[in-house]
Amino acid sequence: MSEEHRESARSRRSPAMEPMRGGRYALMVTIVIVALGLLGMRIVDLHIIDRTFLQGQGDARTLRTESLGAHRGMIKDRNGEPLAISTPVVTLWAEPEELPADDIQRLMLARAIDMDLEDLNARIERYQDREFMYLRRQLTPEAAQRVLDLNLSGVHAENEYRRYYPSGEVTAQLLGVTNVDDRGQEGLELAYQRHLAGEPGKRRVLKDRRGRLVRDVKLLQDAKPGGDLTLSIDQRLQYMAYRELKSAVSEHDAKGGSLVMIDNRNGEVLAMANVPSFNPNDRAGMDPGGLRNQAIVDVFEPGSVMKPLAMSAALSTGEYEPDTVIDTSPGWMRIDGFTIHDFRNYGRLTLAEILEKSSNIGMSRIALELDDTTLWERYNALGLGQPPETGFPGEADGSVPPPVRWSRSQRAALSYGYGLSVSTLQLASAYTAIANDGRRLEPSLLKRNESPEGTQVFDPEISHELLRMLEESVQPGAGGHRAAVSGYRIAGKTGTSRKSSPGGYEKDAYRSLFAGIAPVSEPRIVTVVMIDHPRGDEYYGGAVAAPVFSRVTGSALRLLDVPPDQQSEAQER
Amino acid sequence: MELTARRERMTRKSSLWSRLHLDPWLLLLLFILMGAGLVVLYSASGQNMNTVIAQLTRFLIALAIMFIIAQFSPATMLRWAPLVYGATVLMLLAVEIMGDMGMGAQRWLVIPGVVRFQPSELMKLAMPLVLAAYLSRRELPPRWRDLLVSLVLVVIPIVMIARQPDLGTSLLVACSAVFIILLAGLTWRFIGVFALLVAAILPVLWLNMHNYQRQRVLTFLNPDTDPLGAGWNIIQSTTAIGSGGVLGKGWLEGTQSQLEFLPERHTDFIVAVLGEEFGLTGMIAVLTLYLLIVLRGLWLANDAQDSFGRLLGGSIVLTFFIYVFVNVGMVSGLLPVVGVPLPLVSFGGTSSVTLLAGFGILMSVHSHRRLLPR
Repeated sequence: MSEEHRESARSRRSPAMEPMRGGRYALMVTIVIVALGLLGMRIVDLHIIDRTFLQGQGDARTLRTESLGAHRGMIKDRNGEPLAISTPVVTLWAEPEELPADDIQRLMLARAIDMDLEDLNARIERYQDREFMYLRRQLTPEAAQRVLDLNLSGVHAENEYRRYYPSGEVTAQLLGVTNVDDRGQEGLELAYQRHLAGEPGKRRVLKDRRGRLVRDVKLLQDAKPGGDLTLSIDQRLQYMAYRELKSAVSEHDAKGGSLVMIDNRNGEVLAMANVPSFNPNDRAGMDPGGLRNQAIVDVFEPGSVMKPLAMSAALSTGEYEPDTVIDTSPGWMRIDGFTIHDFRNYGRLTLAEILEKSSNIGMSRIALELDDTTLWERYNALGLGQPPETGFPGEADGSVPPPVRWSRSQRAALSYGYGLSVSTLQLASAYTAIANDGRRLEPSLLKRNESPEGTQVFDPEISHELLRMLEESVQPGAGGHRAAVSGYRIAGKTGTSRKSSPGGYEKDAYRSLFAGIAPVSEPRIVTVVMIDHPRGDEYYGGAVAAPVFSRVTGSALRLLDVPPDQQSEAQER
Repeated sequence: MELTARRERMTRKSSLWSRLHLDPWLLLLLFILMGAGLVVLYSASGQNMNTVIAQLTRFLIALAIMFIIAQFSPATMLRWAPLVYGATVLMLLAVEIMGDMGMGAQRWLVIPGVVRFQPSELMKLAMPLVLAAYLSRRELPPRWRDLLVSLVLVVIPIVMIARQPDLGTSLLVACSAVFIILLAGLTWRFIGVFALLVAAILPVLWLNMHNYQRQRVLTFLNPDTDPLGAGWNIIQSTTAIGSGGVLGKGWLEGTQSQLEFLPERHTDFIVAVLGEEFGLTGMIAVLTLYLLIVLRGLWLANDAQDSFGRLLGGSIVLTFFIYVFVNVGMVSGLLPVVGVPLPLVSFGGTSSVTLLAGFGILMSVHSHRRLLPR
């Protein structure tokens, strides 16, 4: 076999090859298989043993839980008109490090977010070490989209809501404001934060290394939108009340004022206006002074508007009748070294005339005859010195000092409205007792489903007597005649109190008040007007506050479709 | 006995395949591997069809080169081996002097307008060629003097490649040489001495390494020391592999790989994409494919007619296996990070050409039967 010869001839040069051959290759195959086995073990290790940990690690790199903003509930007036609504806005933020460095792109970005290039650069410089900075908050979705369309790296968007108040300054203090994070900061926005805010939802998203959203994985929890809030406020009355109050404040060059109108059927507050105010939609120009909802949070010495309430206590004793006569001459009296004055010497007055003329001496004479505790108890029963429990943040209790420390002069002062402090709202609530057959209604800022029980403070007859007496006080010739409303019978009391300050009563600083009820035949609304420190020629409640009451009550009654109950005057005209 | 068996086989082999000098089984396995590779590459490239088409083009060119090389007889290769080796060493020298910098390393030789390639890749073939040619003419197992000559032949290009610096390629070239020597038959005593020598050289090697190379070794030893820097690759790739579980997350569904958490995901770290998206199942399948290729290759080499063919073929196949082992070992955190691609799966043209050219040599070695010597 020649072939075998050739084979062996060739092999002669490598004689050891033949026997080694099979062994070496078998060794190599073994090595290969062992090596692959090693790899296999390592891979099984990763895939099976370390799997849970590594999957967790993998998820930790990519899965993020994002919060889904819950739509904040709307605040509506009693008729469903929106007073505060949330609109979607977009907040743009950036990772400073990821932002483009070149000037042209920076300039484009600066233009798009309406910022100077230098400012933007300075801002980026300042946040260089951080991973987050705001570019622009609360842009309209359209404006934000224009920025996002530039497709710059490191720019991100977050959907948010912004609060918008259609009625602006008219309801500003009552509603309060939310902060930039959509949390209530003041007013009802704060009081009902939990109800309005709802619960933010959560969703699981997949993000890539640069934090860009790749896709939604799962909705973990739907955002629960906040509940709506229906107020007792009637937006039409509120507008009107604010307008009239504001014009009176400016006409009399006053420091401010507040107005509260309560529905006599159920204690709901129909209007609550304050001056000064602010535009809640423009927080840049917000005046901190305008934030106060004075009608609830500020207290003052009410003065003569307290007289009908003190009078109710006298009538309740059964020792006085509306025609009981009190001698008020000589127009002044001294108690414990204090001198009390009337405007002039009125001589002998009936109780009705005391109210009509607003005689301090008459009231003091009556008060000094009463038991120590009578006035205190009455005032407390009327809700004075106690929280009105409207839920409004910072509502004032006011104060009625307890009788143990009363001196005679203090007792007298309380009867004509000094030595105690009340808020406009408390005053209006107290007056509902007169308007509502002696039953005081707790005020409410929210629309009520049913009429509250109320507190029976005095007999219905007394309230009727008081109404008649107060109707006299607004007749032509009486101090409150400018409160009159054509077509309606009204009852009310003026008040002018001197403003107190830490050093005693201020000279020439007054507060003008009017508290009134309309219509007398079937009282529907109770309104209290307070004008703080009118600096014009007039400062009497009858001249400053009463006209506001007249205009507001007149319009309100017509808007509420209350039938006129004064035919005669309507015919005269 | 053996002779008749061989004759039988030869008559059977005078088929179309043997006239084409191709091995149908090896070719089939390679096609499956390349197909699977393209599927993974599509996902790993971020679903970039252009990348897949570019890779496919390179495969076709590489297959053509494989086919051409398979037509050369081992005798021709034996004759040309010293020349190829010499030319490659000269080209490496040229790279050293005037080579193009790419990715921070001087590896590329550019003939303007014509071609741009890495002579170090060519060395992966030239080295086994020249060593197999040299040793197959000596008495086997080799003697000390032959080994010394071999060592010189090996060390010169390896040092040049390592200086580029390209640790991965120099390692592969060294491996191909070591396999030739091992296959040529070394006494166990010699292997022991050699192992000691390597142990003695290691510290010297350490001192001469580039900083980034040292960093890689340190990082390998403990990736958590620098999780955001050098350890990042390994932590990310093991995370990706492990999170795939048994069945994987599904094609194109891997979060780590699709979301850019995985570095170098379509080149050296492509196996992590495979592991994440196809899970343990996919990994085992691909590793099995590699095993079959290696086994078939070793069978072909073992079946070669002369010692030149056996040494050369064996070395080529085992070097191919080293690619797989080093790459998968690196990505799965078993070995330090060395820039070795996953053969025929990682994106990259040069390595595909070298690998398939190597298989071309293997097929040639097996299919050319020298009935009449001289």
